[in-house]
Amino acid sequence: MNNMMSLVLRTTGYFLLPLLLIFSVFLLLRGHDEPGGGFIAGLVASAAVCLHLFFTDIAATRRLLHIDPRDLLGWGLTLATLSGIPAVFMGDPFFTSQWVEMTLPLLGETKVGTPLLFDIGVYAVVVGSVLAIVLSLAEAEE
Amino acid sequence: MGHTTALLALPIIIPLLSGALSLIYWRSRKAQRIIGVLGTTALLVLSGMLVAEVWQHGIIVMHMGGWQAPFGIVLVSDMLAASMVFMTGISAVTTAFYALGSVSKRHEHFGFYPLMHLLLAGVNGAFLTGDMFNLYVWFEVMLVASFALLILGGERAQMEGAIKYVALNLVSSAILLSAIGLLYGLTGTLNMADLGYKIGQLEDDAMISVVAMLFLVAFGIKAAAFPLFFWLPASYHTPRVAVSALFAGLLTKVGVYALFRVFTVIFPFEDTFAQSLLIWIAGLTMVTGVLGAAAQFEFRRILSFHIVSQIGYMLMGLALYSPLAIAGGIYFIAHNIVAKSGLFLISGLVYRFKGSYELKELGGVYRQYPMLALMFLICAFSLAGLPPLSGFFAKFLVIRAGVEAHAWWLVATALAVGFMTLYSMVKIWAEVFWKEQEVCHIKPPRKYHGGTRIMYATVIGLALLTIAMGLAMEPLFLIAQMAAEQLLDPAGYIEAVLGVTP
Repeated sequence: MNNMMSLVLRTTGYFLLPLLLIFSVFLLLRGHDEPGGGFIAGLVASAAVCLHLFFTDIAATRRLLHIDPRDLLGWGLTLATLSGIPAVFMGDPFFTSQWVEMTLPLLGETKVGTPLLFDIGVYAVVVGSVLAIVLSLAEAEE
Repeated sequence: MGHTTALLALPIIIPLLSGALSLIYWRSRKAQRIIGVLGTTALLVLSGMLVAEVWQHGIIVMHMGGWQAPFGIVLVSDMLAASMVFMTGISAVTTAFYALGSVSKRHEHFGFYPLMHLLLAGVNGAFLTGDMFNLYVWFEVMLVASFALLILGGERAQMEGAIKYVALNLVSSAILLSAIGLLYGLTGTLNMADLGYKIGQLEDDAMISVVAMLFLVAFGIKAAAFPLFFWLPASYHTPRVAVSALFAGLLTKVGVYALFRVFTVIFPFEDTFAQSLLIWIAGLTMVTGVLGAAAQFEFRRILSFHIVSQIGYMLMGLALYSPLAIAGGIYFIAHNIVAKSGLFLISGLVYRFKGSYELKELGGVYRQYPMLALMFLICAFSLAGLPPLSGFFAKFLVIRAGVEAHAWWLVATALAVGFMTLYSMVKIWAEVFWKEQEVCHIKPPRKYHGGTRIMYATVIGLALLTIAMGLAMEPLFLIAQMAAEQLLDPAGYIEAVLGVTP
């Protein structure tokens, strides 16, 4: 993979990688009432990492991730499942959204709730599973 | 309120959570095993509580996320669903314990435990959901998990079996999905209770029978009913024994359950073409299954063909459509899960000691391992329907219902198939346990480190359970009867979910 490295790809890649990651977080956060959400944000994030894989090598991509994709998968699934449970303690059926309103510096009035936890869980599951597949395919090729 | 409805979601949440946790601990075998045992045990306990709750208070309904039916997805547990979840719990616990002894390090590394939990979540979801499309989704969850479990290890025979398995199951999923689409176009709803209510008022009989036929075919394939059952004997003998036993106990039963559900609540069966067709399907499933088994000489293949033939009895219970018949069918499902898983697990122990599944190569197990032989006799006789084991009562109920309905051909077939089952079981007994083993050129797979005791314990547990289910016939029959009455009175189900009387 390395020998056919293109300078153009690498330069734009280093620009695009952070942009794509920020965009994925944006999609993740606006997702509850508007188009977006954990699934699509996860796909964007994994596309960003795949791009990185294209212009570097597997070892560098693994370093970039810091964490094994399989761990992401497990934690994400756990978080998504757990996000349904707080409802029970409030006397509602499972997976009823629970919201907390709070005032944060910079953001002002913000609503935070269990759907966000669910979306983050889904995000981690998508990133984890896509990257686990892509990385093991890339390793199998070498 | 909160506590009862939580009981309804936990049989799905617990396996999901256990699966997620075992994914987190994918590096540690030990943690995964502990989670496996704890998770399945919790599942069994909670499903027992669910049965008790339904027994006392009737049908329980939970509106997921607080969205009211028919717009949101509901979880509904009547007696049928609750008892099926309970049987899943039993199957799950035995598999988890048996896996402690039998599943190798390599398979655990490939994700046996997360997949097992995912499969359980899918199965329980299918049992508990009250929404047609959601049912389809749970079927897919189950299919994905079972496919991965089937090829775990990646041997050649497994791939071959898996291709047949996946191909046919995808066809059935496609049919199911089109049927659901048509149904939605017809009625504008996917909630099972709402569907039952609206279909009762529709005039378009032709379209309704078309959709009903599509469901019959789709679930028929998943239940391994005649004529599209051949994916089952082609694949069930290929994976690890713990996986085989889990499949044998649960997967086809979900298809049968879906037939029970759809053809009582949504398309009540009374005197329809589908009913007369199902009577034929039931009879032919029994016969082809048992004849297929007679021609086989591999331990697990014989057992797989017998699954098919036993499905016929369950369908017979549904097809006859009387309270006794349906109660019999439900009892039969419960009995079959226990007896069949037991037999598969025994075949695994025989393989561990002798290194083969081929009847010709095996022999002399009775002399070396009399306890194992005794367990086999109990499970096999139960399957063949000898009193006082659970299989006798299961067959007795279904056949008695047939006599009451004057379905003489079906009764004659069921009795004949019972004898053929006994023949198959005697064949295994004579070849594997009784005859002297010929010159031994096969060896046990490799040295195994302990775990045999735990495998024995699960087999003994299942054998005792099939005896207990025979001896405690009376209370179990009351439960099955309650389930049958709820099924035959869809109005009660619709009222419980929608809160209105149709």
